[in-house]
Amino acid sequence: MKLSKNIIGTILLIFAVYFAVGFLIKGEIINPFQQVNLFLMGINIIMAVSLNLIVGFTGQLALGHAGFMAIGAYVSAIFTVKLGLGFGLGVIAGALAAAISGVIIGLPTLRLRGDYLAIATLGFAEIIRVVFVNTEYVGGAAGMIGIPQLTNWTWLYFLTVATIILIKNFINSTHGRACISVRENEIAAETMGINTTKYKTLAFSMGAFFAGVAGALYAHYFFLIQPITFSFLKSFDALVMVVLGGLGSITGSIIAALLVTGLSAALQDLAGLRMVIYAAVLIVVMVYRPQGLMGSREFSLSMLKKERGEADDGSTKAKSVN
Amino acid sequence: MIFFIQQLLNGITLGSIYALIALGYTMVYGIILLINFAHGEILMVGAYVGFFAISSLHLNFFTALILSMFAAAVLGVAIERIAYRPLRNSTRLAALITAIGMSLLLQNGGLVVLGTDFKAFPQTMVKETYWILGGRVPVTNQQILILAVTIVMMVGLQYVVKRTKIGKAMRAVSYDKEAAKLMGINVDTTISATFAIGSALAAVAGILLAMYYQTVHPLMGLMPGLKAFVAAVLGGIGIIPGAMTGGFLLGTVEAMVSGYWDSQWKDAIAFGILIIILVVKPSGLLGKDTTEKV
Repeated sequence: MKLSKNIIGTILLIFAVYFAVGFLIKGEIINPFQQVNLFLMGINIIMAVSLNLIVGFTGQLALGHAGFMAIGAYVSAIFTVKLGLGFGLGVIAGALAAAISGVIIGLPTLRLRGDYLAIATLGFAEIIRVVFVNTEYVGGAAGMIGIPQLTNWTWLYFLTVATIILIKNFINSTHGRACISVRENEIAAETMGINTTKYKTLAFSMGAFFAGVAGALYAHYFFLIQPITFSFLKSFDALVMVVLGGLGSITGSIIAALLVTGLSAALQDLAGLRMVIYAAVLIVVMVYRPQGLMGSREFSLSMLKKERGEADDGSTKAKSVN
Repeated sequence: MIFFIQQLLNGITLGSIYALIALGYTMVYGIILLINFAHGEILMVGAYVGFFAISSLHLNFFTALILSMFAAAVLGVAIERIAYRPLRNSTRLAALITAIGMSLLLQNGGLVVLGTDFKAFPQTMVKETYWILGGRVPVTNQQILILAVTIVMMVGLQYVVKRTKIGKAMRAVSYDKEAAKLMGINVDTTISATFAIGSALAAVAGILLAMYYQTVHPLMGLMPGLKAFVAAVLGGIGIIPGAMTGGFLLGTVEAMVSGYWDSQWKDAIAFGILIIILVVKPSGLLGKDTTEKV
């Protein structure tokens, strides 16, 4: 009974936020600059949560998430611009293409551990970028222009919410638990009969799928996609959100995505100094709180009540994660 | 055939620079298991110190080189103290993010302080071309200088690592940090020394690179840094001869791809080779396979 009450409450909240923000956009209370950042927040949430599935929950250090975003962006744009098909179809095609490339990249490289996997995925993302730079069909280095602006608030919001719900439910399922066991101790998981390759590839391609969704949304909001947009920096941004929020905390990733996007919007006018401040903040946060804002915990209202009573317990718990 | 030999020479020149950078990566990785992403930026700072030493202080090439090595060594040790030492006992990922953050900080700090334009690196010697192999293949004195400096540095490094006390301490710490501590080795000093030596080598590479391309720019360390990391992994990370092999090999492959195909693809080919090596022999060309113990 209590559970269903929670679900109804959540659904009501989801729709309330949708209509409230939709109203603000319609009534032009949110100015265009704020709107761009609002859409970036949604896209970044999808990127961070999907990467957290790979890095935070499955423990596979991936540095090439922007590569999958690029595939999603380009494939969806080819569907809508070159083939004249609908946006929905474009999003699905982009996401599937990213997921398939996730399997292709994942199967051979996921045997690698830690830093080696990081550098292999970084290499793959760079290769994907160079391929787009050298493909005249999609505009080469200049990029693809004239993409219709089909990403609206409804698409963005519901795809973001769907990503969060699907990944959250996946993690709480048998398969998700298997992924977490791979993170905790791969050899022990293997011994317990868990097919680690299968779960690593599954998590990797699921993460890639949603990065593809983010790419499709990005392409159809900004009219223009260029290979340089999906460089190493973009992958790094997503990783920063994951680590800053806390490995293995979905709400942490969401909070970090909002914070990082908000911070870079606030520093927009500083031009060159923006990245200096960004990097300095990052180093300071990492040195003083390496486990991230949330650790591996999830944010909830009941947590707030608990925290107030047992503040000491919270801090020791955070230390043991580290 | 002539063209092939010419490309081979270009490759060896560029490869020797990659090898120098890769040595720094490999030494740091060998000792604290961290991919020091800021290594490429130390190279950039080294190149700029050399640039100002030659153009503003009017020092000669070798004095500028030594000054720049010293500055880079100080910077390397400072980075380790400020950003990496507090994280020595946290997760590898936190350290990696910090390293990338450090790299971004130096890059963008460089863009703010030094400006976004390319500056011409002063040429300290008159360019001379020698014709070898029956007068058909050109070799410049610059190429000879790059190769000679690299070889001197590599021999020097081998001497330090194999024959000196600090080199012995480095090998001990990279083998087992705890045991080294029990044997009375000061681990912190040893790690600092590793950063100092690796950074000094990066500064040398920075000046050679600036000389080779005749320009300096705040982002000049980015791609060579990544490439040198690829070279280090290619040869087997943590292994000094591996870094040299990987560097020369990568430089040669790049020169061949640029010469016979299209220079646009050279980065993709470099990373492609990396992935093939990682999949076929994850420990690198000269690395030994290790199985993880439970």
